[in-house]
Amino acid sequence: MFEVLENDTLAPNVQRLVVRAPRIAKARKPGQFVIVHPEKGGERIPLTIADADPEEGTITLFVQAVGASTLKITGTPPGSPLLDIAGPLGKETDIENWGRVVCVGGGVGTAVLYPQAKALADAGNEVTTIIGGRSAPFIILANELGRFSREVLITTEDGSLGRQGFVTNALQELIDDPQRCPQAIFAVGPVPMMRAICELSRPYGIKTIVSLNPIMIDGTGMCGGCRVKIAGETKFACVDGPEFDGHQVDFDLLMDRLTMYREQEARLVEDLPESLKSKITKVKR
Amino acid sequence: MKKNLSHKEIMAIERVKMPEQDPQQRSRNFQEVNLGLSKQQAMREAQRCLQCKSQPCVDGCPVRVRIPEFLEAIAEDNLPLAAHILLKDNTLPAVCGRVCPQEDQCEVLCVRSAKSGPVAVGHLERYVADWAMQNPDKLLKQDRPEPSGKTVAVVGSGPAGLTMAGELAHMGHQVTVFEALHETGGVLRYGIPEFRLPKNIVDAEVERLERLGVTIECNVIVGKTLTLEDLTRQFDAVFIGNGAGLPMMLNIEGENLKGVFSANEYLTRVNLMGAWRNDLPTPIIQGRRVVVIGGGNTAMDAVRTARRLGAERAIILYRRSEEEMPARVEEIKHAKEEGIEFILLAAPLEILGDDKGWVAGLRCQRMKLGEPDDSGRRRPQPIEGDTFLLEADVVVNAIGTRPNPLLTATAGNLKLSPKGNIATDENCATNIPGVFAGGDIVRGGATVILAMGDGKKAAAAIDNYLRKSS
Repeated sequence: MFEVLENDTLAPNVQRLVVRAPRIAKARKPGQFVIVHPEKGGERIPLTIADADPEEGTITLFVQAVGASTLKITGTPPGSPLLDIAGPLGKETDIENWGRVVCVGGGVGTAVLYPQAKALADAGNEVTTIIGGRSAPFIILANELGRFSREVLITTEDGSLGRQGFVTNALQELIDDPQRCPQAIFAVGPVPMMRAICELSRPYGIKTIVSLNPIMIDGTGMCGGCRVKIAGETKFACVDGPEFDGHQVDFDLLMDRLTMYREQEARLVEDLPESLKSKITKVKR
Repeated sequence: MKKNLSHKEIMAIERVKMPEQDPQQRSRNFQEVNLGLSKQQAMREAQRCLQCKSQPCVDGCPVRVRIPEFLEAIAEDNLPLAAHILLKDNTLPAVCGRVCPQEDQCEVLCVRSAKSGPVAVGHLERYVADWAMQNPDKLLKQDRPEPSGKTVAVVGSGPAGLTMAGELAHMGHQVTVFEALHETGGVLRYGIPEFRLPKNIVDAEVERLERLGVTIECNVIVGKTLTLEDLTRQFDAVFIGNGAGLPMMLNIEGENLKGVFSANEYLTRVNLMGAWRNDLPTPIIQGRRVVVIGGGNTAMDAVRTARRLGAERAIILYRRSEEEMPARVEEIKHAKEEGIEFILLAAPLEILGDDKGWVAGLRCQRMKLGEPDDSGRRRPQPIEGDTFLLEADVVVNAIGTRPNPLLTATAGNLKLSPKGNIATDENCATNIPGVFAGGDIVRGGATVILAMGDGKKAAAAIDNYLRKSS
């Protein structure tokens, strides 16, 4: 059992959980994830470890309720346990000193980006952060990221915070400015966003790393359900990733495989009581 | 009772037939296929044992169960004694009685094989184990061993690890088992389906080990949560039995289409995550026409699962002939009774998709058998130009598994074979002192009982190692 110590709302339907998991807290490196199995009979849900405190023996998870099982996780109050947490899984972020890097986060992906951005800054990179979201309430972690970013650029689709538009507009500006053009880009967010970022950076030959979120079960390479195609080769995101060179990723395949259980997922949500349905975010895939 | 029977009378008893669920019915449910023997059937079958001096059956058993002795106890209606003997030699008898290939091990060596069929050792093993499970209060007391003060870490709670844990606990060592998944049992839990091995049997066997003082910790991935080095520092000895959990890919076009699964994923969704139940959330694609590629027990498990999930046609596609199939004869027979179709001497060339990215079918190559290969089985060869199309909306790849590198990747000085298996000597010892390994991580894809045999052998070696080092 893994006790939830804190559970706060970060954005609409996005919760920040601090959970007691001493072994994972000690072993974890930026970019790695855990699999949470909230209750007996539940699904196994992969979640990036946003932060960890090895002394306190805690890890921080940012969770967006997108279905019945994630809703169970976000709804676990402090003092109550999550049944199983396994990890840390996946490869750690390849942290180098690139010089100037741009970190791009979309929606709850910003939470996944946070540990990477922090590690990149710690390694001596000059970090510029771009955060995008539907509207102001969906922009998360701006202050936290601001602590180690040279600048934080915010874009919202409705213009309610920062600039109106998409993260790609902000990135284009940086690329066009020789003083700010990055040597590497780290992008985490909805698949269409990551794809757009990769398409934008490709002609400039700027290294672009993305964190992929295919459907997973065990997270240890045992089932191969999370397979993705990288440079024409099949890889397992859980053990070979989750981070890959975005210019090599077959995004069509990734998006398509994410729709595999769309019907079944919709039925599960349909069965939820009305009061809970509003707590679920429809994800763009 | 037995003493009253003459040799002639004993020889006249026909081999018992395991009562089974009706094939039509069972092909649509997940309840156990084999129903188990009645007491009368079991006693009568046990009387068929000639109690021969040479005991060839014991030599055929990887864990060396004293078969004639426990059969005699059944025949004499002394089930507490039968259970006592069986449980001493076999940590997981209720599992073995169900999934062991007895026909290739103990039973094949039975002196009665030639004429009237071997004694049904497997069925009797299951009978005694199930009785023991239902009558814990009637079991004879096992001697509690003197605690040795030594600690052993076991990686993986599959058949090798559980056997190891039980053996070492009986020897007085303090055992901690680390399991990567959220439930115990390894392949017994995620791989073998409910209709062949009910999960309450696995639960009961695991609980029995816990009562022996074995500690089991789930959600610990050695290589990630803890390293092998952590374990060698914290424990007096380590056993690695983490299995061959990495599916081999077909490496053909269309493998990543929606509706294409590895057998590991397909079976894990259904068995571990309960996708066959309506009340659990993990989904599965219920194919109308399911093609499973491969000819082993895993392929049979997958194709029979597909049928139970509602497939109108569930088809095995295998590149050799039935004779070369590695699956147990019983599994092939059960599959056929349940309406499974077999397309033999054919291999997939390409998986075809529709315009929505879902599987639509396979393009297959007809094969013929050539000269025997390294495994002694005749090598399949393509018949030039002879290809055909096979419609399918779910394809399951059950061609085999490779060793999972998660642990070994973080254990730099652990010696591996060229294929990535852990290299061991004949006593399951690796090149690192105090570190032992067995089961599929050493053998590649093999069977439950061979893994258990390794667990038992390694337990003796570890016991020896611990006593020497004290």
